[in-house]
Amino acid sequence: MSFLYLLWRNLTRKKVRTTLTLGSIFIAFILFSALLALKTAFSAGVDIAGLDRLITMHKVSLVQPVPIAYQNKMEQVDGVARVANAMWFGGVYQDPKNFFAQFAVDPERYLDVYPEIQLSDEARAAWIANRTGAIVGQPTADRFSWKVGDKIPIQGTIFRRPDGGAWEFDIVGIYTAEKGFDDTALVFQRDYLTESFAGIDGFTGWYVVRVSDPDRSAAIAEEIDALFANSPAETKTSTEKAFAQGFANQMGNIGTITTGILTVVFFTLLLVAGNTMAQSVRERISEIGVLKTLGFTHGQTLGLVLGESYLLTLLGGGTALALMAWVLNSFDLGGGMFPVLYLPTWGILLGCFLLLFMGFAAGAIPAWQAHRLTIVDALRRKG
Amino acid sequence: MTDSHSATQSEALVRVDHVTKVYSRGNQRIDVLDETTLTVPKGDFLALMGPSGSGKTTLLNLLGGLDRPTSGSVVVADQNLGAASDRQLAKWRSRHVGFVFQFYNLLPVLTAARNVELPLLLTKLSKAERRKRVKIALDVVGLSDRADHYPRQLSGGQEQRVGIARAIVSDPTLILADEPTGDLDRASGDEILDLLEALNREHGKTIVMVTHDPLAAERARRTLHLDKGRLVSEDDLRGRSRTTGDSVHEAVA
Ligand SMILES: Nc1ncnc2c1ncn2[C@@H]1O[C@H](COP(=O)(O)OP(=O)(O)O)[C@@H](O)[C@H]1O
Ligand SMILES: [Mg+2]
Repeated sequence: MSFLYLLWRNLTRKKVRTTLTLGSIFIAFILFSALLALKTAFSAGVDIAGLDRLITMHKVSLVQPVPIAYQNKMEQVDGVARVANAMWFGGVYQDPKNFFAQFAVDPERYLDVYPEIQLSDEARAAWIANRTGAIVGQPTADRFSWKVGDKIPIQGTIFRRPDGGAWEFDIVGIYTAEKGFDDTALVFQRDYLTESFAGIDGFTGWYVVRVSDPDRSAAIAEEIDALFANSPAETKTSTEKAFAQGFANQMGNIGTITTGILTVVFFTLLLVAGNTMAQSVRERISEIGVLKTLGFTHGQTLGLVLGESYLLTLLGGGTALALMAWVLNSFDLGGGMFPVLYLPTWGILLGCFLLLFMGFAAGAIPAWQAHRLTIVDALRRKG
Repeated sequence: MTDSHSATQSEALVRVDHVTKVYSRGNQRIDVLDETTLTVPKGDFLALMGPSGSGKTTLLNLLGGLDRPTSGSVVVADQNLGAASDRQLAKWRSRHVGFVFQFYNLLPVLTAARNVELPLLLTKLSKAERRKRVKIALDVVGLSDRADHYPRQLSGGQEQRVGIARAIVSDPTLILADEPTGDLDRASGDEILDLLEALNREHGKTIVMVTHDPLAAERARRTLHLDKGRLVSEDDLRGRSRTTGDSVHEAVA
C-alpha cells in the first residue's frame, strides 16, 4: 500500500459523487479544448501573418477586381521586394460540401511571397511549365485521395466556362506548410483562367506585397495607395496582420465569447469540485483524527486531502485535455471549413495550468481544515 | 501519593507528575484533572475506572501525546510530552504508542490487512517487511483468514481485533485502550480482554486500559479510579491480593 493508494481509496469512497464530479471536470476540459481550437482557427491567419507582407486590394472591397497593370507600378515603389497577385476562384469540386479555397496566381511570384509553402523543386518547375497545372495542399489531397498526375474537374461558379463544362486542373505538386498556415488551398496559373474567360485578363483580385524592410511597412502602404489615388480603381493597402484581423473580426468577437464561456464554466466547476472535496473531508473528520493518532503529521493529512483534490482534477481534466490534444492534432476535423483546427501548445500548457490551479483551489480550504484539526476534537466527533 | 507503586525511576515507563488539565469552552472552565500523579512501570497492565466525564479519556490522551497538560509534566518513554512540538509528538506516537478505540475506528475503505498496515506507511520498512509484520499482527489476533475483508464485512469483535493488530503492528512501547470492550457483547469483549492479557503476559506489553466494566478491570494487574480529577487506588489502600486473582501475585517487572 502506498499514499497514492490511500488517496485513490478515499477518492472512490463515494462512487456516484466522484463519478459525477469527474464527469463535470472532463466535460469542462473538453469544452475548453474545443473552444480554444476554434478560437485558434479563427485567428490563425492573424498569428501567422508575416510582418513583411502587405495586402493591396480594391478600396471598396475584396470582391472588386483591381487592374493587373498595377503590379509593375507597385514594384517601382521603394522598399517593395516582390509583388504577387491572387484571385479567388470559388469553384465547386463535385459537391459544394467539398469546400476548399482555390486561387488563380502567377506561380513564381506567389511562391516568392509565400516562403511558408513547401514544394519540391520538380513540382515547382512542373507547375511553372504547365498552364493547366495546379498545386494542392497535403490535407486536401489526402481528403480526396488525389495524386500527382490526376486531372481534377472543378465547376466554376464565378467563372463559368463558355462551354458550360468544368475546369480541368492537372495536379503537378502537393505542398505542405508550417503549422498555422492554410495548407488546404488549390493554387493554379492565372493564365489558364484569363485565356478562357473573356474580360478578366486585365484584372486580378488582390496583391500580396513583400517589403524589404518591415519597419517601413506603413509608409510603403501609403505610397502604394497614393499611386492609384483618384483613379477608377483606388486601392487600400494594409499589413497582412491587419487584413487577417479584419477577416477574423467579421466572424464575431470569438475571443471574448470564448473567454466569457470558459470563465463561467470554470467558476462553476470550481464550486462543484470544491464542494466535493469539502464534503469528503467533513465526512471523515474522525478518520483524520485516527490518522493523526497513528502518527500522521498535520502536514501529511494536508497532503492527503490536497493530493486527493489533485487526483480528482487530473483524472477528470487531464484525460479530457490529452484526448482532445490527440484527436485535434492527429485527425483533420476541420473538414475544409477550418483549415487549421488544432490545439496549440500554449493551449495545452494553459490547460495544464488550469488543472493545477483547480486542484489547488478545490482542495486548499478542506486541506487546511484537515491540517488544523486537533486530534482530541476530531476523535470526540461521532462519525 | 495516589500511586504507591514501588517501581524505581528507571523502570517507570510513564510518569505523570502533578498534572492539571483545564478545558475552557467559551467563558466556562472545566477542571478535568487536578494535580494528578501516576507512575506506570514497564510491563504493567493498568485499568483506569471512573464515572463518565471523570476525565479518563483526557488522561489517556495525555499519556498518548494526543494532548498537552495545562500544568505538570507527562514523561513517557523518556520523552517529555508537554514540551514536544506537534511534529515531534506525531513521530513519537508512531514509534511508541498503539491506540485501541472504543468504536474501532478502522478506515472503511481499506481491507483489514491494509488497516493494519496503515501505521507502517510512516516507516521506511520494505514492502516485504511490512507484509510480514501485518501477517504476524493478524496472526496474533487470530484473523489471518479475514485479511482481505473490509470492516463492514466483519463483526464488532473482529473489527476490534483488527484495531488491536493495528495498535501492535509497529511494536509500540505502550498500548492505550479507551473502553475497548465498551461496544461489544460479553463474549466478544472477553476475547478482546484475553488478547490484551496475552499481549501483557506473553509479549510483555505495557497496557493502560480505560473501562467502565469491573469484570474487565479484573483482567488488569491493578486498577485505579479517577474521581473528581484525582486518582484513588482502592487496591493499593486495601492490599492488592484481595481484589484481583493470581495476576497480582506476579511480580511487576
Ligand atoms: N476537547 C474538550 N473540550 C472541552 N471539554 C472537554 C473536552 N474533552 C473533554 N472535555 C470535558 O472534560 C470532561 C472529561 O471528559 P473525558 O475525559 O472524555 O471523560 P471520560 O472519558 O472519563 O468519560 C467532560 O466533562 C468533558 O465534557
Ligand atoms: Mg471517555
